[in-house]
Amino acid sequence: MANALIRRSLLAIGLSMALPLPGVSADFAPGNHVIPGSKAADLEHCVRETSFMRRNHMELIEHQRHVTVHEGIRATDDGLSGCVACHVSYDQGGQPVPIYSEGQFCKTCHEFAAVELTCFGCHATVPAHTDAEALEEVAPQTGKQPEGVDARVSAAAAAGMEVARVPHELRKEVAD
Amino acid sequence: MKEHKERVDVGRRKVLGVTVGVASVAVAPGVLLHTLAVAEPRSKPVTDDERWGMLIDSSKCAEGCDACVTACNKENGLDLQERPDGEGEAKWEGQAAKWIRMVKVQDNLTGYVSRLPMMCQHCHFPPCVDVCPTGASFKRADGIVLVDRHTCIGCRYCMMACPYKARSFIHEVVKVKLTRAPRGKGCVESCNLCVHRRDNGEASTACADACAAQGQGAILFGDLKDPDSPLMKALAALPSREIRGDLDLNTGVRYTGV
Amino acid sequence: MKRIVYREWRLAPQRYWGLLVILAAVAGLGGLAFAYMEHEGHWVTGMSNQVVWGTPHVFAVFLIVSASGALNVASIGSVFGKYLYKPLARLSGLLAVALLAGGLMVLVLDLGRPDRLVVAMTTYNFRSIFAWNIFLYTGFMAIVIAYLWTMAERKGNPYTKPVGFFAFIWRLMLTTGTGSIFGFLVSRQAYDTAVMAPLFVAMSFAFGLAIFMLVLMFAFAQDDRPIGESMLFRLRNLLGIFIGAVLFFVLVYFLSKLYGAKNYDLVSFYLIDGGIYTALFWIGWMLVGSLFPLGILFHPELGRSPTWIASACGMVVLGGLSSMYVIIIGGQAYPMQMFPGKTILESGFHDGVGGALATYAPSLPEVLLGVGGVSVALLITAVGVRVLQFLPESLADRDVDPHVAAKA
Repeated sequence: MANALIRRSLLAIGLSMALPLPGVSADFAPGNHVIPGSKAADLEHCVRETSFMRRNHMELIEHQRHVTVHEGIRATDDGLSGCVACHVSYDQGGQPVPIYSEGQFCKTCHEFAAVELTCFGCHATVPAHTDAEALEEVAPQTGKQPEGVDARVSAAAAAGMEVARVPHELRKEVAD
Repeated sequence: MKEHKERVDVGRRKVLGVTVGVASVAVAPGVLLHTLAVAEPRSKPVTDDERWGMLIDSSKCAEGCDACVTACNKENGLDLQERPDGEGEAKWEGQAAKWIRMVKVQDNLTGYVSRLPMMCQHCHFPPCVDVCPTGASFKRADGIVLVDRHTCIGCRYCMMACPYKARSFIHEVVKVKLTRAPRGKGCVESCNLCVHRRDNGEASTACADACAAQGQGAILFGDLKDPDSPLMKALAALPSREIRGDLDLNTGVRYTGV
Repeated sequence: MKRIVYREWRLAPQRYWGLLVILAAVAGLGGLAFAYMEHEGHWVTGMSNQVVWGTPHVFAVFLIVSASGALNVASIGSVFGKYLYKPLARLSGLLAVALLAGGLMVLVLDLGRPDRLVVAMTTYNFRSIFAWNIFLYTGFMAIVIAYLWTMAERKGNPYTKPVGFFAFIWRLMLTTGTGSIFGFLVSRQAYDTAVMAPLFVAMSFAFGLAIFMLVLMFAFAQDDRPIGESMLFRLRNLLGIFIGAVLFFVLVYFLSKLYGAKNYDLVSFYLIDGGIYTALFWIGWMLVGSLFPLGILFHPELGRSPTWIASACGMVVLGGLSSMYVIIIGGQAYPMQMFPGKTILESGFHDGVGGALATYAPSLPEVLLGVGGVSVALLITAVGVRVLQFLPESLADRDVDPHVAAKA
């Protein structure tokens, strides 16, 4: 009698924990971790088809890092700085949110998949045209703090600074 | 009149044609190289057609000037390093990464004083490359010696092996990183002749540019394989040597006046 | 000769578990020290861009060198046919594996990126002696385990001699490789010498045997097992010879360095004005590590006392750690000679201004990590001799010495 009671209560507890789980992941759209407000949110797809990227982005990144370091190739869409430039989101003040922070693009999926990333231990988490050095140089030259993402990109490019590469067919988005 | 026109010197035309042809073939590579040299990121693998090097003229190095060090620190994000909380200044000074430094030496007998910047010498036979267990420390096709920090395990053997004490280990968590110069805790790095500038098609290194901007011109950067480059012309004109030349490492950085 | 009986270590349970708890606690502290260093970065240690290898490497290299030396005792039995040493072979093998494991652990945990150990084990540059060492060290462990198997398993007994021979050659290569880590470096004046390899081989003989004797005497004393004079004095004499061999190679090192004018400053650094390094060389390595033990071991009275012999072994171990400190850290502290015949007046990167030495002070996390490695080695040994049959029941004269046994 007691056994049956225990069994039933355990079942009840188990079910009550398991059932709401799908609801918990309602925070982000099913399968889409692109953050609204980032450049990527306005684009059709990434440097490759989305389904390909979901499965194989690591191959692209690992191959490209070898190619860049050993062969010096930088004219590429596959570089990490490109990923950051597109996928970084911006806060209320127009400041980029470091890409590997809680709730940001890389972190949400990687946390779910329990695959640790060490890239951003060394690599910049904000795009090239917005890192600390770049902003100091842009402001004096234009006389004012540029507003909005695209203005910053244009201002940085105009100042002759390093601007992260955006895929060619999507480049017109940047110039707007 | 008519005879003049008919008796065209075909042979002369041929000579002219061949000369123009040869001249354009001779000039074309230069034109192509010039096009490449104008800020275009590299799209083809780097080759050994060039070997990058430097000539440093110690006699042109002005007392108290460290423009090259400041420029290198700014270009490569070394000035963004932060002393960890709770560490003393002196200890941090021994642990902060440095790619280029000024050294002042005096001859023991003659008392002659020289001042020179010292950085990775980009040897043709780099001891650091020989000792790296994973091959992270490597020499690129164009002669630049650098660390592939995706493969570096931070064993510091290359730091033991470098005859110029050129390498630095990152002792702390790096908070602010530049896109053009990634840097992280636990790996080893050294001067890479501003390899990001090389690969983006810029002409020179930060230190050489800064020295030229200061008016000294003590650092001359260029292609050691091109006999017509300003670097090779200077090396042909001045007596120069490798630091620790007895090791016969065939360094890419040469000094004169030391 | 009497059949050798091997039996598990029968220390009283409370004492055994007490010992394990202490060793595990020290090893645990080492683990915490590692976690702290890895999380914060190496800024918390005394290591810098000038002295890049510190106290962990002193302990790690000491343990690795001793590991190959500890196997010596087994080799003397199997390879050189001195059957008197045969009962010691199993403990010798166990200690070799344990010391190597402890040393490797310290070495790996001190890496800047220990999370990349898999990279280190799959990506190799075979010009590097470090890359070869990875194979030499792991191969050594595998071979010694195979060697132990041939000794313990009756079916394996016929293979003891060939495997033992292979293990002997392998361990010589391993110690040569360890010495060559330093000997191959042209950059630093204290290294860059072929004599580093045989010096390390000689040191491995001495340190390994000293540790072996200490472990043996402790284990036997705790379990009331006898060690006869025959066995003890042979080991004692061997240790004395090995210490002499180390002194010989140190002498050769200094004489050959002294022959070059460029090395005068280096030799005076080590022998006269190197501060802590000179003190550690003379007092730690020469006196405590070599001359005092030699005096004790060959003394007509002291050399017959097990307590004095054990203290001599302890002194050799202390001398070993001093020697590693002098070689590894002293070699880095001595300024790099980039401008022979010139003095450096100013430097932006600690190039030895006015001939100044690079500064280094051991930090607590480093010491804890190093000692933690020693603890792990002893832990493995303690568990091994308790659980499996590594220790012979008796090393009394009548049990091991055929001459005495014949008279009985």
